Amino acid sequence: MQLFLEQFPIVVRSLNVGFMQTLKLFCVTLIGALPLGLVIAFGSMSKVKPLSIFTRIIVWIVRGSPLMIQLLIIFYFPGIVLHKTVWGGGEAGRFAAASTAFIINYACYFSEIYRGGIQSVPVGQEEAGLVLGMTKPQIFFHVKLSQVIKRIVPPMSNEIITLVKDTSLARIIALQEIIWAGQAFMKSSQGISGAIWPLFFTGVYYLACNGLLTLLFGWVERKLGYYKV
Amino acid sequence: MSILEVQNIQKSFGSIEVLRDISFSMKKGQVVSIIGSSGSGKTTLLRCLNFLERPDGGRIVVNGETLFDAADPATQREREVRRKRLRFGLVFQSFNLFPQYTALKNVMLACELLARERPDYRANRRAIQAQIEAEARTLLDKVGLANRMQNYPWQLSGGQQQRVAIARALALKPDILCFDEPTSALDPELTGEVLRVIRSLKSDDRTMIIVTHEMAFARDVSDHIIFMDGGVIVEQGNPYNIINNPREERTIQFLSRYQTQQES
Repeated sequence: MQLFLEQFPIVVRSLNVGFMQTLKLFCVTLIGALPLGLVIAFGSMSKVKPLSIFTRIIVWIVRGSPLMIQLLIIFYFPGIVLHKTVWGGGEAGRFAAASTAFIINYACYFSEIYRGGIQSVPVGQEEAGLVLGMTKPQIFFHVKLSQVIKRIVPPMSNEIITLVKDTSLARIIALQEIIWAGQAFMKSSQGISGAIWPLFFTGVYYLACNGLLTLLFGWVERKLGYYKV
Repeated sequence: MSILEVQNIQKSFGSIEVLRDISFSMKKGQVVSIIGSSGSGKTTLLRCLNFLERPDGGRIVVNGETLFDAADPATQREREVRRKRLRFGLVFQSFNLFPQYTALKNVMLACELLARERPDYRANRRAIQAQIEAEARTLLDKVGLANRMQNYPWQLSGGQQQRVAIARALALKPDILCFDEPTSALDPELTGEVLRVIRSLKSDDRTMIIVTHEMAFARDVSDHIIFMDGGVIVEQGNPYNIINNPREERTIQFLSRYQTQQES
């Protein structure tokens, strides 16, 4: 117990640093993947057949293969196969590679959620807008968007909570996120060695973060609960 | 002069010919009802008039202006379709109100968006907005929903929703108001209130085309009835004659089937 109390502040300080990197990856992924997903969704719904087929194949590949493998390929492929340095060295390079992999992967998942949301708006909504003389963009922004958001909040919150936990996969390319920080104490770090509890303790961070997100999404759902679709 | 002239409209979906050589005309203030069994092309005809479908052949002339001519690509430009649509209003069978807006906002939205295109919009924004709202309130009052303006569609009965939809269509002041089976999605006890509103519009001299299965209503409210079957107009004319004294075999069959349905 004495030992644990001595180790605790050191471990927490270290895990905090790692968690900052986790949060950074989480935020950057959302900022990139939320809009990119919309672009991909419109691509896969396009009336231009080659474009929609191409987009759907990309989505199939990205959703059909493990994110861990995508991370490894994006990080190592340019250097090992093409003999080009794309990512630069050190933590910044690893972060750039990890963000790229996460943005592409999550954009594909988001795109399918968007597509489902957009296609689930009854065609009568668009037709009502058209006969009232609205333009297509007006129909999208003033009629459909709110209904799409209302429909996609539950699946989105699922996906975003998964993203918080998936950031731990970046450990595979040695990004110094919270798992990496916890694992360091198993070997030896800052005078602590052979301790496994810091790794277990990282779970508390994920839980706390997802608890907050659950509250946030609950609030959004209640905000949009004033009407029914 | 006719307010609407429909000439030789033809429309196919793939190899199925849905409308064949449809022609009719109507005068300002007239009410035309279109009757016929499901799949006879009535709804497709209304959708063609509202530019939700593009006819493969024929002409649509409103107030002497050719809005559509299948033979003349100049009448089919996409960006003009929007303006032409405003000549017609359409009330759908399934209401299609916007669920996220109140009854009042449903009526106002399209007018607000159109007003933004007015050159004086920025200068007179408040006045324009106030006028749109005043007109929307008047219309909702007219359809008997003065105390329902702030309700959302899910808080309204089907009949009330349909009356909001009628007010919404009227807000854009269409030359011709079309109804696509306005009471077919309603419980029988709610059809009366919607039909009453449509009747009151007739007394305002509003030009209307009504696709309906309510035969008695069609007979009483219309100036002219068109019976369609298999994508063609089988018979048209004076309501009383069509409903009570049909000449064509198919009309007789349709109406007798209808009467047995009514009785059973």
